Amino acid sequence: MATLNVLIVVSLLYVVLLFTVAFAADRAALHGRGTWLRSPWVYTLSLSIYCTAWTFYGAVGYAARSGLEYLTIYLGPTLVMIGWWWTLRKMVRIGRSQRITSIADLISSRYGKSNLLAVFVTLLAVVGTTPYIALQLQSVTLSFAAFAEADPDAGVLNSPYTALWVASGLALFTILFGTRNLDANERHHGVVMAIALEAVVKLFALLAVGVFVVWGLAGGIDETLARIDASEIARWEVPGSRWVGVTLLSAAALLCLPRMFQVLVVENEDESHLRTASWAFPAYLMLMSLFVVPIAAIGLDLMPKGSNPDLFVLTLPLQEGREGLAILSFLGGFSSATSMVIVAAIALSTMLSNHVVMPIWLRMTGNMAVMSGDVRQVALLARRLSIAGVVLLGYVYLRLSSGSEALAAIGLVSFAGVAQLLPALLGGIFWRGATRSGAMTGLLVGFAIWLYALFLPSFGASVIISQDVMDHGPAGIGWLRPRALFGAQGMDPLVHAVMWSMLLNTFSFIFVSVLTFPKPLERLQGAQFVNVFQHSATTGSWTGGLAQSEDLLLMSQRILGPTEAQAFFTNAAAHQGLSGYLPEPSPDFLQQLERELSGSVGGATAHAMISQIVGGATVSVQDLMAVADETAQIMEYSSQLETKSQELARTARQLRVANKKLTQISDQKDTFLSQISHELRTPMTSIRAFSEILRDSDGISEADTSKYSSIIHDEAVRLTRLLDDLLDLSVLENGQVVLNTEKGSLSALLERSISAADGEKGTLDIHNHQPEKDIIIDTDLDRLAQVFINLITNARKYCDAKEPVLTITSSRNGGDVVIDFIDNGSGIPADMHAVVFEKFSRISHSRVGGAGLGLAICSEIMTRLGGQVGVVPAQQGTAFRVTLPDSATTSGVKTNA
Amino acid sequence: MSRKTKSVFLERRAYRQRRFADGARMLPLFGAALFFIPLLWSLTDDKVTLTSYVMSFVFLSWVGLIIISAFVSSKLPKDMPDAAPAKDE
Repeated sequence: MATLNVLIVVSLLYVVLLFTVAFAADRAALHGRGTWLRSPWVYTLSLSIYCTAWTFYGAVGYAARSGLEYLTIYLGPTLVMIGWWWTLRKMVRIGRSQRITSIADLISSRYGKSNLLAVFVTLLAVVGTTPYIALQLQSVTLSFAAFAEADPDAGVLNSPYTALWVASGLALFTILFGTRNLDANERHHGVVMAIALEAVVKLFALLAVGVFVVWGLAGGIDETLARIDASEIARWEVPGSRWVGVTLLSAAALLCLPRMFQVLVVENEDESHLRTASWAFPAYLMLMSLFVVPIAAIGLDLMPKGSNPDLFVLTLPLQEGREGLAILSFLGGFSSATSMVIVAAIALSTMLSNHVVMPIWLRMTGNMAVMSGDVRQVALLARRLSIAGVVLLGYVYLRLSSGSEALAAIGLVSFAGVAQLLPALLGGIFWRGATRSGAMTGLLVGFAIWLYALFLPSFGASVIISQDVMDHGPAGIGWLRPRALFGAQGMDPLVHAVMWSMLLNTFSFIFVSVLTFPKPLERLQGAQFVNVFQHSATTGSWTGGLAQSEDLLLMSQRILGPTEAQAFFTNAAAHQGLSGYLPEPSPDFLQQLERELSGSVGGATAHAMISQIVGGATVSVQDLMAVADETAQIMEYSSQLETKSQELARTARQLRVANKKLTQISDQKDTFLSQISHELRTPMTSIRAFSEILRDSDGISEADTSKYSSIIHDEAVRLTRLLDDLLDLSVLENGQVVLNTEKGSLSALLERSISAADGEKGTLDIHNHQPEKDIIIDTDLDRLAQVFINLITNARKYCDAKEPVLTITSSRNGGDVVIDFIDNGSGIPADMHAVVFEKFSRISHSRVGGAGLGLAICSEIMTRLGGQVGVVPAQQGTAFRVTLPDSATTSGVKTNA
Repeated sequence: MSRKTKSVFLERRAYRQRRFADGARMLPLFGAALFFIPLLWSLTDDKVTLTSYVMSFVFLSWVGLIIISAFVSSKLPKDMPDAAPAKDE
């Protein structure tokens, strides 16, 4: 029999077919053809990688050993798919709107873009997936071996290196079609197409074998059922805990397995494909599992005792001489194994490259955010090496474990491992209160328990965990026995481990999340993820059109200016081989445009603006935050500028006022100087004139001499008085006057002043009205007397009544002492009331007799004494009012109390 | 005026769609209950449950679930955002 040779030839042809299909699909996607690539049926078929060689071969073995329990592996995913509206739809929506590339990306992105979390999830995924890859390689090896047994000529292919050949071939295929280029959306059209083809092949193969067994071997449905009832697996003895537990476990696995995430979320082209997949995929699963029990029952019947039930699908046809069917069956198993390894390798390599290798590389070479060609090359290389590494790891695991356990057991251990991601995943999607610390804690706890209670014991007794620990717990602590934690004895090990790990995982996740406070980015991401349906409509795909180019041109014209923008666009269009203004919005062009715009509006704004037009309505949170940062800076800067300009305006105003004052003062000074010189010149002229006469003329009579001398003397005295007054005023103004405060009687002071001022009797009639109770004042009495004397003298000089009368009245007004000096003259005009206290101001120039400083001196003195002097308006005649505060404290002056 | 009459029809359709969405959410629970029924059969020891019997039951209910899911999925709104539970009628 040349079965084996035929097998090899057929296998190689099949592999060539797969390569061709993948290549063609990639080409079609690249050139934009192939709407058939986007069919929901391709999507549904790609989900079939859930059915691996474990399904194809191991299900029958599982059924032969444990009856209907194998069904639970498919019931779980059925329930999840039927409930797509609830969970899967949200995951897909989040994945598309946030451009998620892997499950590690989803979890880390949700919890504040935490790379630590991503690394841990990646690690968990690798540890959980490696045994599964080994399982696939083993199944291919075993199936080859099954053929080799039937064919005594074979020898060369019955070697352990078969697995290595298969592994290398798989790695090659994956690298070729999984890492052609770095698609920002991580879609691999060629791979998806190849997997869809494999899905059809394996379904067809299994159905063919099933049909053969039921109608060919058993002779119909009734007979088959009878055979089942007569076989070893006639009784339904599945433990309830296993039935429920494994169903739930497989449901969790559908959501958490990296390869399933890859095809469900990352490779999803259109959300509406989920709608079809929600019933089509369960139908696929049902068909795959339909004939398993018949094959198992018939196989148990017909095959010799001790034959591996895992391979009944293959060995039954072989034994019955149906080689064609056997080869088809082999292809089915081969398809199952290879499709799983390919997608798992892609998923794991994406995680490893994005979250482990690239961060390390970027940190080593300084953080360059721009995706230059250099970085792209490194990323691709990292991907390829990761793919090879992952597949190799699977092979190594296979050699180390040398296929000790039955296939099914490893699979469930792997499921239990990735199921630890479920709380963090579902909590992150549905609960805004989930925090990074909570997720981390949950993952650690779950992983640790899984490791301790399930993974390590699965290597076999005394391989890693000693038998002593298994029986009595570590250090004799019975409560920590790996298979009976916390006293849960007698439970099925898988269910036990899953129960404890999921329970403690969930509780610690919730507990720590409730206690910790998330960082701002975590909260933003939480809102984005949980409320994704409010934020995004179904996001459009990346395909841009000329309409978008036009929008881009409009926007760029506003920023760059029309000529420059048009020139840029025309250039780009020419590069693309198009004529006119509008190039295709290819990623390269968009990147160039972004760079161009960021020169004007900043990088974050440019990115946000472009993605607004091209990438759909949602702008990523990072963009918003960066834009907000820039905006905040600009706002702060402009508010600083505003404050500064306000300060400048204020300062200018103050300077103007000060300048005006200074000009006024300068004018005043000029006026003052001219007035003084005038005042001084007049007596000086007289003095000079008369002294000249005295000196030059002879024969002046004695009467003349004495007359001239007295004139000179009077003028000198007048001059002296003027100078004294000036000095007095300046001293008062500078505040350097020394006041002698003493207590005294006001009326007595007034009497003294009257007698001092009224030297020439008869010219003024003074009436002094004093209150009955004498007012005692505490101030500098001499200065006050000076004021009174001045006022009285003024009245005498300027009162123009026929019979001048001056009335002096004193009174108390509140806490102040008020003394009024009212004469019966014509009074001071209203507009002169303030001017009258200025230096050198004289109301009427007709009378000579004062320099005009008297009232200025009075005003200064009263200010120094803490009171004031002013004109009382609307009186008959001139009315001056002197006000003294009761506690006559002086202002800012040295006192000799 | 015409807008008022139009909104009556829309509301009915929207109500329908929401009920279908509710049904879609309940479907996996219903399916789980269905699949776990065989556990009830093995509660007593005297009656022996046959694998073939359970197999027939499970596969029939499986097919039934698939058909119901296909029907409900076709009725679900194409592009309706997930309304918050508080706002649901």
